[in-house]
Amino acid sequence: MTNKRKISTFIRYFFYGIVLVFFLWAFIQGHFSIIFEQTDEFLRLLRQHVLLVLVSSLLAVGIAIPAGILVTRPAFRKLEWPVLNLANLGQTIPSIAILALVMTYLGIGFNSAVFALFVFSILPVLRNTVAGLNSVDPALKDAAKGMGFTSSQILFKVEMPNAAYPIMAGIRTAMVMNVGSAALAYLVGGGGLGDFIFTGIVMQSQEYLISGAVPVTLLAICIDFLLRFIEKITVSKGLRRSAETAEAS
Amino acid sequence: MIEFKNVTKTYDGKVNAVDDVSFTVPQGNIAVFLGPSGCGKTTLLRMVNRLVPITKGEIFIDGEQTNSLNEIQLRRNIGYVIQSNGLFPNMTIEDNVTVVPKLLGWDKEKMRNRFFELMELIGLKPDDFRKRYPHELSGGQQQRIGIARAMAADPPVMLMDEPFGALDPIIRSHLQKEFLQIQKEVQKTILFVSHDIDEAITMGDQVAIFKDGRLMQYDAPDDILANPANEFVSTFVGSDRAIKSLGLHTVADLVNQLKVTPVAADSRQISLKTDLRQILSIFFNEGYEELVVVDEEKKPMGSITIQDVQKYLHQTNQSA
Repeated sequence: MTNKRKISTFIRYFFYGIVLVFFLWAFIQGHFSIIFEQTDEFLRLLRQHVLLVLVSSLLAVGIAIPAGILVTRPAFRKLEWPVLNLANLGQTIPSIAILALVMTYLGIGFNSAVFALFVFSILPVLRNTVAGLNSVDPALKDAAKGMGFTSSQILFKVEMPNAAYPIMAGIRTAMVMNVGSAALAYLVGGGGLGDFIFTGIVMQSQEYLISGAVPVTLLAICIDFLLRFIEKITVSKGLRRSAETAEAS
Repeated sequence: MIEFKNVTKTYDGKVNAVDDVSFTVPQGNIAVFLGPSGCGKTTLLRMVNRLVPITKGEIFIDGEQTNSLNEIQLRRNIGYVIQSNGLFPNMTIEDNVTVVPKLLGWDKEKMRNRFFELMELIGLKPDDFRKRYPHELSGGQQQRIGIARAMAADPPVMLMDEPFGALDPIIRSHLQKEFLQIQKEVQKTILFVSHDIDEAITMGDQVAIFKDGRLMQYDAPDDILANPANEFVSTFVGSDRAIKSLGLHTVADLVNQLKVTPVAADSRQISLKTDLRQILSIFFNEGYEELVVVDEEKKPMGSITIQDVQKYLHQTNQSA
């Protein structure tokens, strides 16, 4: 392990430590009282929040990965520029503005919130899919083709496994970002833990604020962990070790 | 057997990357495609497994026209080795080697046995490498694995595009010798692209020299060195071609053709297997007047002088 990695690991755990200390302090102060007083309501909002994140992220992954594959096929190369720019546009518009636009045309409710989050998370997945597929050594594709792989075998056995790292990283970025953005869903009646947070803002109640904000933070950290774990089991060991040696050199 | 018949590749309807090339590579031979970069040698190689489509003309493998076959099936029956080895970093060495058999639907046991067989053939311990990944291997080992992979489904024909080009000179000459040893056993028909005349002489049963897409000469290496067909070939093989051709002959060849003089004085001993290029450098470097040829049992057979080498070279060049 290099020094750089040691430092980054240290900083990460240091940050987790601060969060934990804050968590304990807030707990002792009784700032989580809402969670215990309104447990059913809390669980309902939590479930809603997770559902918002999951549905919008799955939609984004389901659209962005195939789109990324499509624009990197030789026949559709010309689409790469317009598609990436369209996705960029989705990211450039502030999330609040997207919500406003979505509310104007789709009305309020869960579906509108999901749609807004979906638009917002397409870009990281798409950009990383395209970058990942483009970074696969052309010699590998040539070798595969020369040995008699069909186009789909080249895609699934050579290109996708070798682009797995950046693709997984894109999904992770999108989902973690989504956990935060989903707190805004309350504004369009989408529910989620934003309900507590905005109630807390309006009522200037620390109990509501903390009972909403801390679970959102923990949820983001949990999802980050979970996806890092999935990354470890889906990305080939051969790539992981070569990434480590590349980092070390 | 591979037959090229008036093969032409035209890009954009005007530039001929390969221009009306015809020749035949006999079964079990290595034909080296030689020439400066941009001469069309790699394009011609890639036309054999149809990675580059043929504009005009035909290529036959064992009498079958390649254009009449299914592209994918054709490629699975041709071994393919490239310069940057092209091993898949996400797969273990075993999965890399057995990738074509897997495409062909072999069962697990057959693939495992084949993997062990191939690793023995290329001189790497199968159990040491099975579960490792390409990036853990040295360049020479990776290229050996690349060759094993190309031979996995036992294809009769192999295409090798500068397979040793990225290796340092010592490992390269080591792998060249090793590969010739393997070739003696497996007897594949091999097309081998190179830009190195020395490599071509060492590896080739035949050498095809290209310039601007046209075939300049197609002959055995010693014929090319002795009788270059034109100015280009003569310049390309170099003014030291006589010395290069010495590398193709051994002391045994010389002894067979010339009478050796009986041993007059004690001198440095040389074996029958030594090639004449080495003999020449021994003469120059170590300053002997004559060298003593010994047979397998180390019994002196006679001695040779630098004039004998000169005489031998002269005679063979005239007969060639």
